[in-house]
Amino acid sequence: MTNVQPLEPLTILIAEDSAADRMLLSSIVRRQGHEVLTAANGAEAVEAFRFQRPQLVLMDAMMPVMDGFEAARQIKALAGETLVPIIFLTSLTESEALARCLEAGGDDFLAKPYNQVILAAKIKAMDRLRRLQATVLEQRDQIARHHDYLLNEQRVAKAVFDKVAHSGCLNAPNIRYLQSPYALFNGDLLLAAFTPAGDMHVLLGDFTGHGLPAAVGAMPLAEVFYGMTAKGYGLSETLREMNAKLKRILPVDMFCCATLLCLSFQRRSVEVWNGGMPDGYLHSIASGERTPLTARHLPLGVLSPQTFDDRTEVFPMAVGDRVFLLSDGVIDTCDANEQLFGVERLQRVFAANRRPDQLFEEIEQALRDFRGEARDDVSMVEVSLLEAAQLSPPALVYSDSGQSCPLDWSVSFEFRAATLKRFNPLPYLLQLLLEVHGLRAQSGALYSVLAELYSNALEHGVLGLDSSLKRDASGFTRYYQQRNARLDELQDGYVRVHLQVAPKGEGGCLTIRVEDSGKGFDVDRVMARPLDGARLSGRGVSLIRQLSRNANWSDDGRSARVEFFWEALA
Amino acid sequence: MSVVTEVSPDGQKLTISIRGRFDFAKHQEFRESYEHKQLSAVVVDLKDATYLDSSALGMLLLLRDHAGGDDSDIRVVNSSSDVKKILAISNFDKLFDIS
Repeated sequence: MTNVQPLEPLTILIAEDSAADRMLLSSIVRRQGHEVLTAANGAEAVEAFRFQRPQLVLMDAMMPVMDGFEAARQIKALAGETLVPIIFLTSLTESEALARCLEAGGDDFLAKPYNQVILAAKIKAMDRLRRLQATVLEQRDQIARHHDYLLNEQRVAKAVFDKVAHSGCLNAPNIRYLQSPYALFNGDLLLAAFTPAGDMHVLLGDFTGHGLPAAVGAMPLAEVFYGMTAKGYGLSETLREMNAKLKRILPVDMFCCATLLCLSFQRRSVEVWNGGMPDGYLHSIASGERTPLTARHLPLGVLSPQTFDDRTEVFPMAVGDRVFLLSDGVIDTCDANEQLFGVERLQRVFAANRRPDQLFEEIEQALRDFRGEARDDVSMVEVSLLEAAQLSPPALVYSDSGQSCPLDWSVSFEFRAATLKRFNPLPYLLQLLLEVHGLRAQSGALYSVLAELYSNALEHGVLGLDSSLKRDASGFTRYYQQRNARLDELQDGYVRVHLQVAPKGEGGCLTIRVEDSGKGFDVDRVMARPLDGARLSGRGVSLIRQLSRNANWSDDGRSARVEFFWEALA
Repeated sequence: MSVVTEVSPDGQKLTISIRGRFDFAKHQEFRESYEHKQLSAVVVDLKDATYLDSSALGMLLLLRDHAGGDDSDIRVVNSSSDVKKILAISNFDKLFDIS
């Protein structure tokens, strides 16, 4: 293509000590349409170059004052990145001398006496090279500018996103995580927040693709996650909402693989939903066993709200047990032969691990050994189960003044089968109760008790599940399988919730009554058990008795009643 | 060509074969392979596909959408064990007939 381009006139410097040769060459070059500058020795040539910046130089090798070799070196240094072709004019014939011309920075040479045709061809060829170099430099600078621009955009987007994403509790003492600072632009997302009851929700997500497109979905996802977690919604409702939102806003080929956890420190269990992420692992410290938390679902944003599957799995945990999640950057790391790191290699790292706190470093080291370099799209998080008392969920912030606090009222709800299947009334009940300012200081206990009363009424009452199933780990799993199955088949039954708020002196009293349509239970036998938290089963009742006042059961266990009191507000 | 298409003699079935890495670089070619065709049944042949990333999964979703969404008839065949693992993690067997 360049061949057919008409030659643009160039400014050409001719450095030649013989006046006759100089004149001859000048007239040849002028006749070819170029402008000519002349110099009688190397030093003059360097000066001429410095001030007039010719685009090409014809340089005699042997000249007084400064020879062509030194002049070539100096001119190349002055030219910097720009290509200024230098063609040596020489009567030298030994190959060593000709090689010296090129070593000094010459690009070509032309033997004396001059052949006009060859000279014209060489000037043309050098001009092509010169332009190619100029184009490359220009494009390089353009790419660099675009790159700076992109980095700046990412910096701004990240700053905004960090404000949204880090409103959570990633700094809680039981969370360890590793993420590249720009993980967001690899589509990786890590969120964590406390529920009102003091449970912890954790999300590790991975959007399709890279760059800004991968980052845009993160914002709405984070908002749903934090908003619904803070209001007391469970994993299922939060998942349904996140899926519906992503399905609505993302193009068809974009989705978000995600694992969502709910760690309950009081119930000592973890609830898991995994859509399209690599296996996570529940590491039991006592047995050393690692239970895989396998993807059972399509990623978020693929299925319509009608077909989305929000079913979760629940596993028991002991204090000190850990849940480990990772992004596909870990197992999809390729070596030079396109071999994947894979799950087996990861499990060998697990097996070799002696100090749990070193696990991340050991995985990173294994990836480096495998690939030869580190990757920047690897995300890992490990959450451990602590004693509930070791964690302090942040106090909720309320924006109202408290002047319109309702103090004397009661309300009753009846939730029937079709509602019990899919609806979680707890966030609404809690919102309602937190209108009462006196109750806000104990919102955690209030929510926990309400949640236990409701799930007891639903699971043991309406669904007739036997809590003794939860004695061991396999029974635990069976229990939650049965829960899902019976809920799917549920035709009738109800849970009634009565709330009554009454002023009492300077403070007040809340009475909660929860009734169910189930068979009831042997109240005396359950009450005779010691108040301990170590067993997997029956923890609900002892939790309720510890967190509320005057807890009692009537109507053969079908009706539970508890009270909460508050003193005058400061 | 790394994306090859073939229509069955009766014109009912479109076969799309992928060669090499099935990733974002194939986006254009893959879309062109089905875009202007009447699709009743589609077979995606991954016999020569070495790797599949999440943007390839996205491309499969686009194909599914184009072929009628829930009413589409798409079979993904001849996946290697690595590719099968990726499809299994994503639970894409719930949307596609994978063998």
